[in-house]
Amino acid sequence: MPEAYPLPSNLSSATVTNTASLLRIVTLALISGAAIASRLFAVINFESIIHEFDPWFNYRATRVLATKGFYEFWNWFDPTAWYPLGRVVGGTVYPGLMATSGVIYNLLHALNLPVDIRNVCVLLAPGFSALTAWATYMFTKEMKDPSAGLLAAAFIGIVPGYISRSVAGSYDNEAIAIFLLMFTFYCWIKALKQGSALFGTVAAVFYFYMVAAWGGYVFITNMIPLHALVLILMGRFSNRLYAAYSSWYAIGTLASMQVPFVGFQPVKTSEHMAALAVFGLLQIVAFAQLVRSHVSSQQFQKLLFIGVVAIGILGAAAFGIMTLKGWIAPWTGRFYSLWDTGYAKKYIPIIASVSEHQPTAWPSFFMDLQFLIFLFPAGVVVCFRQLRDEHLFVIIYAVMASYFAGVMVRLMLTLTPVVCVASAVALSTLLDTYIDPTEPEINDDTVSESGASTASAPAPGANGTSHPTTPKKTKKAVPPPQSTSALGQIIAASRSSNNKPRPKGIFGADTRLMVVFNAMCLLAFFVFHCTWVTSSAYSSPSVVLASTNPDGSQHIIDDFREAYYWLRQNTQEDSVVLSWWDYGYQIAGMADRPTLVDNNTWNNTHIATVGKVMASSEEVAYPILRKHDVQYILVIFGGLLGYSGDDINKFLWMVRIAQGIWPDEVQEPSFFTPRGEYKVDDQASPTMRNSMMYKMSYYRFAELFGGNAATDRVRQQQLPKVGPTLDYVDEAFTSENWIVRIYEVKKEDPLGRDHKSANAFSQGKKRKRTKPAQRRRAIL
Amino acid sequence: MPLKSSPAQPPAATNAVQTLWKAYNDQTPDRLKFIDAFLFFLMLSGVAQFLYCVLITDFPFNAFLAGFSSNVGQFVLAASLRSQVNPENKNEFKEVSPERAFADFALGSIVLHFFVYNFLG
Repeated sequence: MPEAYPLPSNLSSATVTNTASLLRIVTLALISGAAIASRLFAVINFESIIHEFDPWFNYRATRVLATKGFYEFWNWFDPTAWYPLGRVVGGTVYPGLMATSGVIYNLLHALNLPVDIRNVCVLLAPGFSALTAWATYMFTKEMKDPSAGLLAAAFIGIVPGYISRSVAGSYDNEAIAIFLLMFTFYCWIKALKQGSALFGTVAAVFYFYMVAAWGGYVFITNMIPLHALVLILMGRFSNRLYAAYSSWYAIGTLASMQVPFVGFQPVKTSEHMAALAVFGLLQIVAFAQLVRSHVSSQQFQKLLFIGVVAIGILGAAAFGIMTLKGWIAPWTGRFYSLWDTGYAKKYIPIIASVSEHQPTAWPSFFMDLQFLIFLFPAGVVVCFRQLRDEHLFVIIYAVMASYFAGVMVRLMLTLTPVVCVASAVALSTLLDTYIDPTEPEINDDTVSESGASTASAPAPGANGTSHPTTPKKTKKAVPPPQSTSALGQIIAASRSSNNKPRPKGIFGADTRLMVVFNAMCLLAFFVFHCTWVTSSAYSSPSVVLASTNPDGSQHIIDDFREAYYWLRQNTQEDSVVLSWWDYGYQIAGMADRPTLVDNNTWNNTHIATVGKVMASSEEVAYPILRKHDVQYILVIFGGLLGYSGDDINKFLWMVRIAQGIWPDEVQEPSFFTPRGEYKVDDQASPTMRNSMMYKMSYYRFAELFGGNAATDRVRQQQLPKVGPTLDYVDEAFTSENWIVRIYEVKKEDPLGRDHKSANAFSQGKKRKRTKPAQRRRAIL
Repeated sequence: MPLKSSPAQPPAATNAVQTLWKAYNDQTPDRLKFIDAFLFFLMLSGVAQFLYCVLITDFPFNAFLAGFSSNVGQFVLAASLRSQVNPENKNEFKEVSPERAFADFALGSIVLHFFVYNFLG
């Protein structure tokens, strides 16, 4: 048979197999290395620090677990959070992440490696990303072959969509969850293929780990049943499906209920009911199959008809009654917001206010996935071509995840793995087709096609040079007699199962070279893009900000830690700090002070209280502050530096959330100018200018500018010359760049006056008729 | 496997059920009948627990769930075992030999009962 380029013919098939597997291992190791390395930008550019908000809580909890042990952690009641309510941490947390790092920490210490718990936490996500690459490899291997698997592993290793949640220091549940997601799916596919209860059990155990680690486990809870259901509906029921699904569901559901935070939900809430229903359906179908094997088809039809009608009615009635009676909880708000994107905004502003719950913008698909987003549909189409059971899984996954990723930014994370898998399948099909040296024979139907041989497609990027000569994979299929070499045999055999009459294939080396070169260029650009996005967009700790000096050097803005350490050093250990909930975990983690609200937004009313304090005038806010023992108020102000994530920009959400509880006292429209603009300059509405938030943000801001007009750099507006005055709180601390401002709430006036008149008095303003003005000013 | 809840049968179906029962007795190997007996026992036990929960009390709900899931889990694992060792399904389970199937069953049961024990409370 003609070949486009010569293959070495003196290689035994054993050598080929061995070399291929060695190359696979080396490639996987390199991919893991690349995955870990590209996540270290954050550590190199900044330092080994915990990022963002939620990770600070996870870090704090892990410290408790590491120092005090698991039982203390399990029973941990945190009185400093949600002051004065406190929080039962052990029962309201997904403990998988902390347990993982606790185990790693103890293991390292058992090996006499005295690694700091912080470094374990910081490097956990990169470490697990290497495991994710491996799990994706295994998963894709089941879809196509190891070469596609290597491509998928390389993709998931460096794709920004996943890096965004797993850079070093981003110590969040997602860090380990994606690995668990992929591995559970892999076990499921494996169980389904083999009909093995063993893999079903392993899938259940990893599902349990996933439940313990991330609330997104519901995705698995619904994906696997959906897959099973589609298989049944397509008439693909098999005993393998029964064995795989039943063992997974029975063990997995029981296991998931061991996590206290999940509790009885798997048998009580609607989100989990689909899995139960499919489980029941499978039992019925399996039973029906059994019956069918014993009776004639006519009688079976009769039995089946009666059975299906009876069970259908009974099941629907039972479900209806149980929902009506409230034994099964209806869908929660978070899930409604997945179907109706406007739902959260209307009913649960707290969910809508989180930036990662916003719908995804189009550019971010390209930013996070680059050219994979174009290959992704192609991969899905390739899945349709063979349409084995496991391909259906990828198709369903692709459809579901695409929808969810469009609804919420953070669910981009669940889309990323399937995009990598599908793109890898597509690209590897392409490479297979064009690297395969077999040329089609004209006028000879017996030699047949060489459509897409699965012979050789190494992972580009990792070892992109070796593709023409070293096929990575051998197939056990019977070699057709006409082949010349071991390699040729393998290549020809690899697709011989797919018999078709029409010869197709590629002629000549030039076409091959062109397409392969093009693909390599795409891959190279992808690597550049990923590195660039990772280093520039996703590696900022957000606790420490960076800017560039005029001479190009990096300037670190460390206001947050400056302020939190000020709190830690200069305030009583039990002084309560009020801030918007975003900063709750950071205050608890870095300043170690009690907070009113934090990022675990379980109590809407409490958050609304904080919102009300910020949104109302000093006279209204002061009694609330005193009632909650608040001693310090912390606001984030970016107006001087142009830091746009500050509290004035979040202010409307505070107003909205407060309005949800006190519609009479806080009204959103009154914070706008008559023309409906959100302004902070001299046109700002009186309510706005009297609000605590406004006053605390701009207090003495105008003084910075001497006589000139003060400009808010975030909102690009000129502030009034005379800044706001504060009567009930004192400025206690303002950080270097004014990002964090801390105010101390005054105690009640010793003479029983309200602070406004006391201040007026001490400033020597006349109040009706009194003694001559006092000379002394109050000591601030 | 014995019949689950035979739905209300019109006279035509009675005949079918009898045929089914007869065919089952004739065609099933003794090994599978043995597993079926176990399945039947598990089902009875599960039904008893469910009735207790519905009619009397579900008070230690975790204990009920543990007991009931132990039944259900054991049932499905045994049913999987049954289909895996069934000679009729041989070509469906190419990679699962009867020995391997029993090992799977044993391991699955151990994991299951680990969680059951943990959940009993």
